[in-house]
Amino acid sequence: MISIIDYTVGNIFSIRNALRYLGLETEVISKAKQVKEAKALLLPGVGAFDDAITGLENAGIVLELKAAIAKGTPTLGICLGMQVLAKQSEEGKKFGLGIIDTDVKKLSKERIIPHMGWNKVEYNNQLTDYYFVHSYYLPLINTTVGECCYGENFSAIIKQDNVLAVQFHPEKSGKNGLRLLQAFGEMI
Amino acid sequence: MLTKRIIPCLDIKDGRVVKGINFKGLTDEGSPLELAKKYNKMGADELVFLDINATEESRKTIRKTLEKVARQVFIPLTVGGGISQIDDVARLLDSGADKVAINSAAVKSLDLISKIAKKYGSQCVVISIDVKRAESDWQVFTHGGKKNAGIKLSAFARQVINNGAGELLVTSIDNDGVQKGFEVELYQSLKDLEVPVIASGGAGRKEDFLDIFRKSKVTGALAASIFHRDKLEITELKSYLKTNGVDIRYEI
Repeated sequence: MISIIDYTVGNIFSIRNALRYLGLETEVISKAKQVKEAKALLLPGVGAFDDAITGLENAGIVLELKAAIAKGTPTLGICLGMQVLAKQSEEGKKFGLGIIDTDVKKLSKERIIPHMGWNKVEYNNQLTDYYFVHSYYLPLINTTVGECCYGENFSAIIKQDNVLAVQFHPEKSGKNGLRLLQAFGEMI
Repeated sequence: MLTKRIIPCLDIKDGRVVKGINFKGLTDEGSPLELAKKYNKMGADELVFLDINATEESRKTIRKTLEKVARQVFIPLTVGGGISQIDDVARLLDSGADKVAINSAAVKSLDLISKIAKKYGSQCVVISIDVKRAESDWQVFTHGGKKNAGIKLSAFARQVINNGAGELLVTSIDNDGVQKGFEVELYQSLKDLEVPVIASGGAGRKEDFLDIFRKSKVTGALAASIFHRDKLEITELKSYLKTNGVDIRYEI
């Protein structure tokens, strides 16, 4: 069972759809007790950084979420759900969860922002296309396993212990995206 | 590098995919779900659904179609046709749309664009603009190409972008369904815009796609009839573009 956190900034419909298609069971949760008991957590996200953190604060699940991730609950962060795992963001004033030891920066070197469309990610010495929609990014750090370039190189996939975080949308990335979600399913 | 997008468009009327020429004389092209599945399998980069009836009844039909498609197709879905208020957007997003395309309503109210962009983000707002060539510029038309909006494309594009549009889908009414190629000059005139532009209207051969990607800065090309009628397969088109040096997503 994958518990998808509803903090009012998610595109939950598409993610549930994709997981259901893969035969992975899902539930949508928003309470601290549910976070604590979850077997696996998924942080979706489309929208603004501070709205996302406010959503988590209003649900009263910030501490429980940090604790669950620290104790080893497999966790997948997608897009904004990846960014909230970082320390803070140039997009807002609030603090992130601080699970990933970096700050979120604004893409600035390309004329067209957001970075929207299919782009190549270098992962396991292979180039794979995924679908991106974002204006902010996590820089390359020592837990970056997938790298993408849009004006600058940034983290497309970060893997540290029980946490998998991706900047693209696997639920909208065709077969490659489904494969990644399947791989998360196998972490559980 | 971002890859160029190949986008099949499904014009939907009474639950069926239809296609006309210069926006007139519709023929039946098949079932939306079957066509969507086919295009997904062949490597389409996105799908666009346009409700060309845009009545209350047809909007319900398109939501049902969308839900069915969204369950089996895992690429971005854009839906347009008859969206005139923010509640319409909420319903479509809940049915599986990733973006909405606004046409006539954008001309009527720039405020609607900013409202949607503020609530759901600019990436969610595609402005679909139908144009005909006029002296030294292009004239914007609404209501399925029937009504002259009385505004030039260059001015209108600037206005919608300033109000939060994330992407422009520009259709040449003169070239629509004619299959003689995209109207290259039209897209060249939009080269300085800071949002992605999708070319639409006129694709008839794979060379037309190469031509528009080489001669303009559009990031996507949309087509309908040639894909529906198997005149050109998406896999074949993508392989051709890749061979000719266009950055394209190609996977089997």
